[in-house]
Amino acid sequence: MDWEYLLDLFLGGLTRGSIYALIALGYTMVYGIIELINFAHGEIYMIGAFTALIVASVLGLMGMNHIVIIILASVIAIIYSAAYGFTVEKIAYKPLRQAPRLSALISAIGMSLFLQNYVLLAQTSNFLPFPSLIPDFDFWEPYAHILTSQELVILITTAVVMILLTFLIKFTRTGKAMRATAQDKVMAALVGIDVNRIISTTFVVGSATAAIGGVLIASHIGQINFYMGFIAGIKAFVAAVMGGIGSIPGAVLGSLVLGWTESFFTGYISSDYEDVFAFLFLVVILIFRPSGILGRSETQKV
Amino acid sequence: MKPILEVNQLTKFFGGLKALDKLDLDIREGEIVALIGPNGAGKTTFFNCITGIYTPTEGDVVISPPNKKTMRINGMKPNLVTKNGLARTFQNIRLFPNMTVLENVMIGRHSRLSSGIAGAVFRPKSTRREEENLINDSYEILKKIELAQFVNELAMNLPYGAQRRLEIARAMATEPFLLLLDEPAAGMNPMETKRLDDLIVKIRDTENISILLIEHDMKLVMSLSDRIFVMDYGKKIAQGTPDEIKSNPAVIKAYLGEETDA
Amino acid sequence: MFSFNEIKKSLAASVWLMFLTFPILVIRVNTVENVVEWRWKNMVYAGAAAFIISFLANFLVKRKEAGNKNEKDKGNKETLFISQRLLNDKRFFFPALVVVTIFILSFPFLFSMYQTSIMSTALIYVMLGLGLNIVIGLAGLLDLGYVAFYAVGAYSYALLNHHFGITFWVALPIGGVLGAIFGIILGYPVLRLRGDYLAIVTLGFGEIIRLVLENWNAFSFGPSGISNIPRPDLFGIDLSLQANINFIYYILIGLVIFTIFVVNRLQNSRIGRAWIALREDEIACQAMGIDKAKTKLMAFALGATWAGMGGVVFAAKTTFINPASFTIWESVMILCIVVLGGMGSVIGVIVGAMVLILLPEYLRAFSEYRMLIFGTMLVTMMVFRPGGIIPDIRKKYTFEEKDK
Repeated sequence: MDWEYLLDLFLGGLTRGSIYALIALGYTMVYGIIELINFAHGEIYMIGAFTALIVASVLGLMGMNHIVIIILASVIAIIYSAAYGFTVEKIAYKPLRQAPRLSALISAIGMSLFLQNYVLLAQTSNFLPFPSLIPDFDFWEPYAHILTSQELVILITTAVVMILLTFLIKFTRTGKAMRATAQDKVMAALVGIDVNRIISTTFVVGSATAAIGGVLIASHIGQINFYMGFIAGIKAFVAAVMGGIGSIPGAVLGSLVLGWTESFFTGYISSDYEDVFAFLFLVVILIFRPSGILGRSETQKV
Repeated sequence: MKPILEVNQLTKFFGGLKALDKLDLDIREGEIVALIGPNGAGKTTFFNCITGIYTPTEGDVVISPPNKKTMRINGMKPNLVTKNGLARTFQNIRLFPNMTVLENVMIGRHSRLSSGIAGAVFRPKSTRREEENLINDSYEILKKIELAQFVNELAMNLPYGAQRRLEIARAMATEPFLLLLDEPAAGMNPMETKRLDDLIVKIRDTENISILLIEHDMKLVMSLSDRIFVMDYGKKIAQGTPDEIKSNPAVIKAYLGEETDA
Repeated sequence: MFSFNEIKKSLAASVWLMFLTFPILVIRVNTVENVVEWRWKNMVYAGAAAFIISFLANFLVKRKEAGNKNEKDKGNKETLFISQRLLNDKRFFFPALVVVTIFILSFPFLFSMYQTSIMSTALIYVMLGLGLNIVIGLAGLLDLGYVAFYAVGAYSYALLNHHFGITFWVALPIGGVLGAIFGIILGYPVLRLRGDYLAIVTLGFGEIIRLVLENWNAFSFGPSGISNIPRPDLFGIDLSLQANINFIYYILIGLVIFTIFVVNRLQNSRIGRAWIALREDEIACQAMGIDKAKTKLMAFALGATWAGMGGVVFAAKTTFINPASFTIWESVMILCIVVLGGMGSVIGVIVGAMVLILLPEYLRAFSEYRMLIFGTMLVTMMVFRPGGIIPDIRKKYTFEEKDK
């Protein structure tokens, strides 16, 4: 039994899962609050990566300090992704809040299509190399063969984001308002919650976490492309659904499960069918548990 | 005479919540029975258990349609329940908004027709005749419910009272022996309620359909019902004729018997 | 007419959009060569476009709201669109039909070979659109993996021909049947799923089929695809390229007419009404005695049949197929056709297919922006006109009052 290989796959899966989690959170939060699959969410992730690249390149050419570049690029990427998420909601989803779900879903698909091609046309269809924003840490050197510095940063960042998000949802007023709105929009409005603002906040927070994911994965893999949001988005969505859409711990759980199973599947069986695997897994889960692993089973009010 | 609907010890749990607690109820042929109780008593849950939307946790639901076999219908799928002769309306109107009034009624007759894909594509004489009968039968129903003037109107454009009546017409189209009405008079003014009263009696008298209705409008309940069952907290707390129920202390206590017509 | 407030709002939108698009639109980065290109013109364009569009959008929204209010105040008049009024007018309908028929039949002789080929492609998409219309437009099931059935049809012909020498005419019905079978296979696991989940899972199925075709080389010859697929034969006569293209065009005309005929019949039948009831309210539809599962499966199966047949024709027309022709974007494209044209409306779907396939051909200058426009179109249609260009109109019945 090749333990080192197993550990490799395990950690690889953990890393993958972390990235999926950062994206899946956005999906699950938005779904929890307005019951919409935000197809365009993957594109927000992609835009985060692109924005970071652009900023980093400009700052790099200006000869800025490496640390400054990392910080500025990440922060600006987050701000922009949040702004995109906010705008997309206002344009494509808000007008359709009373409309049948099908309409909103189609609108989301349209938005996804639009953003992908927007970046494609404005930038390039090529794969753009992404600078390694995360340096190799000296103190981590002895362990670098198990887990690279980048992977370490990914894991730590994800953990920190989870903690911050949990804190936000559980202990702040805004978090309470988000939970209330997710449960009953009308009632929340009646007790004085500004539902529109809360929904916007949800999109902003979700987009921000996705942007973080975008920056991290771009540093890790080393290249970005206008299409990267789509596949990552689908998988993160699969993860969120598996864990039970609407549930934040579910999104994390689903992402980790997906990350690990993908890693082990490609490691031991085949890497050709990697993407197929995620979908098959989803189908199987949904057949036996239509609400996902941790999802609340929705008994329809008749 | 055997009751056409017999419910024994019906119990329904939602997780830890006991929504229905050993409920007994029976309806005899030709009766109009009312199910009343404070909000949250479990009346609609009861309907949903009978019509197959929920599966009862315990208990039995047995139907004996006139001239047909007796059968247990616990947990039967909703479309089969309807096929076996139980039809219902909904507390929050569930019409097919983008279909016309006539089409809504036509849908009701779906389970009484038989043409399939081949019939649809090739339109043999049998299918054509079936469709023609369908249209005429549906129109007749509309006339009985006094909705004929809306025949080609989209269901969503109808005034509220007409929409409620359309739900009844649609349910009647399924040829039920028992009609379950969930708050048919909700939101109606006194004039519309009186019209509904006459309609329900007419349905029972001329169509030989028995009625079980959930209602809050006490005037309507007292005027219409042959018998009344009272629920509270998922349990049956009383049953009897309107006069018996009016003076039943348990009922008064649970319900404070408010007359809701404005 | 234009209030200061509106102008202020549009200005704000314009500024916001300039900010938003600044990095991506203005700065072009080339990390390979380490250059940065600044395109300030784009910012101006973005700002101007945002201003105009915001203005237009507000105007349209106000008009929609005013229109809704009017409907409620005046009672409800039947608002028929010009096209429908014309179609109902017998004096217009028949002459128009004659003209259109003559035009359709003589098309290949009036236009070049290339244009006939394009029209044939459009006709295939009409078939696909009508098929998907059954699933989405009538039954309300958001199937995003429709392309899978298209692929099944195409590959079934290619492989059956490669291994067993099956000809086009035999493959055509087989493609349809296989499509239906796969429709049921796909439909069965998703029966219990709600709308959104259904969309993702069907999308997944579409991708699964494509990935399997791409990777299972032994079966499907992988990414290199299958070539030398024979064109449809006319009693074994050897046809020139031109004649072949014309022949396929006429075959498609026939198929499309057949499709329209069958779909129309289905729509106005017991099963068609059951589909619409399913779409409108799943719970009430069950309460009316409709078997939800059976109805859904029939929608999937019957919808997929047309994709299967379309796939066979596609393979015969292009003589070469590979998995790259069957991506999600094809499904999205067909979805666009149904959405644009009008969910549930046959004429709408035909118009939608014509517009979405032919327009890009004639607006070659904008070909780069095609997908961008499609995306915009989806969002715009849903917000402003969810019924489509030519929405479905329910059938009206007349009754004679005998007892007046």
